[in-house]
Amino acid sequence: MSVNHAQRVDLEVVADLIPPQSRVLDVGSGDGLLLELLQATKQVDGRGMELSQRGVNECVARGLSVIQGDADKDLKFYPDKGFDFVVLSQTLQATRNPKLVLDELLRIGKHAIVSFPNFGHWRVRLSLFLEGRMPVTKDLPYSWYDTPNIHFCTIRDFVNLCEELGATVEKATALDANGQKIGLSMPWWFWNFFGQQAVFLLRR
Amino acid sequence: MVALRTKRTNNEADQPSSRVLRFGADKPLKLDAGTLLSPFQIAYKTYGTLNDARSNAILVCHALTGDQHVASTNPVTGKPGWWEVLIGPGKIIDTSRFFVICSNVIGGCLGSTGPASTNPATGKPYGLDLPIITIRDMVRAQLMLVDHFGIEKLFSVLGGSMGGMQVLQWASSYPERVFSALPIATGARHSSQNIAFHEVGRQAVMADPDWHGGKYFEQGKRPEKGLAVARMAAHITYLSEAALHRKFGRNLQDREALTFGFDADFQIESYLRHQGMTFVDRFDANSYLYMTRAMDYFDLAADHGGRLADAFAGTKTRFCLVSFTSDWLFPTEESRSVVHALNAAGASVSFVEIETDRGHDAFLLDEPELFAAINGFIASAARARELSA
Repeated sequence: MSVNHAQRVDLEVVADLIPPQSRVLDVGSGDGLLLELLQATKQVDGRGMELSQRGVNECVARGLSVIQGDADKDLKFYPDKGFDFVVLSQTLQATRNPKLVLDELLRIGKHAIVSFPNFGHWRVRLSLFLEGRMPVTKDLPYSWYDTPNIHFCTIRDFVNLCEELGATVEKATALDANGQKIGLSMPWWFWNFFGQQAVFLLRR
Repeated sequence: MVALRTKRTNNEADQPSSRVLRFGADKPLKLDAGTLLSPFQIAYKTYGTLNDARSNAILVCHALTGDQHVASTNPVTGKPGWWEVLIGPGKIIDTSRFFVICSNVIGGCLGSTGPASTNPATGKPYGLDLPIITIRDMVRAQLMLVDHFGIEKLFSVLGGSMGGMQVLQWASSYPERVFSALPIATGARHSSQNIAFHEVGRQAVMADPDWHGGKYFEQGKRPEKGLAVARMAAHITYLSEAALHRKFGRNLQDREALTFGFDADFQIESYLRHQGMTFVDRFDANSYLYMTRAMDYFDLAADHGGRLADAFAGTKTRFCLVSFTSDWLFPTEESRSVVHALNAAGASVSFVEIETDRGHDAFLLDEPELFAAINGFIASAARARELSA
């Protein structure tokens, strides 16, 4: 299983949070990398939902249980607590209504795992502060006019949203630019400044 | 030629050239119409070998005008089996690995009891004396065939269009008998538009004076013109505007200019006339009425208090649904509503929509993306069922 370390180091962090034989729904399953990783290493009962039809067809051809669907519209069809874990990896910022989506994840899953790029990272701040331009980084390679990422947030923002939705943060991890975990003992402001990506384990 | 034409479809109705399983008075078929069909028979074909554990059986359900000859030469037309692109030794559905069963549906005309079969009570063809047959009746009969083989759980049930309806009915009626289900280009109900098209077809058959109220065999006649028109209209719904335009455009048929008459000036007219004419050689008109009616009556949600998810409550079956972008008979939304119901039922479901301009009939054609999806789904189901490769 070769996970592209530069971009999707968060997948391994996500996988570490999931015990073997769990029932998992991966929302925004892309090319099925996480589902394959979880099936190979954790023997999970994994399902996926993906917006792009091409991604879905590739997943199904590889034997994964994936449907075409839109996180903004199609989560409502799933029953309450139908899964042990619902994963939303690198997709929250691309949804039209992140609050509603997060609310649905917490309803469908006994636990929700959300990973997202941190817009509070110092490079992002620097780009806006010094250059006065919307940041384009290795992790966020799109220009403002063609980005699918329409709802960026910082780690702080996300923690606030969790509070608003009554979600308990069971575990949180921030990854620096090299994909290394930032020490647990660090305060939120440090994570918010140096974390390039964040992975949250939640429940409600 | 006339004498030949008026015969029943090469007598395939009573004495089919495939195998037949006959059920006597002790084993009647309970029909949704509220009556029993007895005696009755099922004509079927099998390919490959049933393993000792009886765990490698795949049931293929055919569409409206299909038959049991899915992967071998059709005895009536002499053409290859209707899904030979998919099923056979070394194919996606590999008959050297799987035991494939395909039976003619009840109400059909290739050997399973249908309106062209001889009614033992009268010695004449049933005609319209045969009770209305439903999708669920067809599946009930198939279950008796599957029981005959001693198969406790089918590894997979697959089919397109009306075949897909049977797959959904199987998964709903007998979830513990179906390990995986592949309904293709289908829906959990027949739409109003589809019922409308079918009604046009039936009216065309019944308007033909040679139909004789369904008793045409006794008159030595067959309503060929009516059935051909029905087929022509239906055939349009199996294609798409884009595909028709790509294949035929406004091209003229064997002529340089318009004739200012009602001949088949255009290639599309000639093509449709050909489709109609070849169809009547292989299909019984009354059977066409029964098949279309069975599809019209199909509404899986209505059978479960209007909630489709309840049709699949607690199911352990693994599903894979496939639809085609240009299919306007069973548009993607029909499949999607089944997917949503399966999601609500907590089922394992894959759903692939394939981009093609070939319309509803795409499921019968060489579509690499369709084959890739079926291949991936069957392979992972076989791993889960622990079937050896």
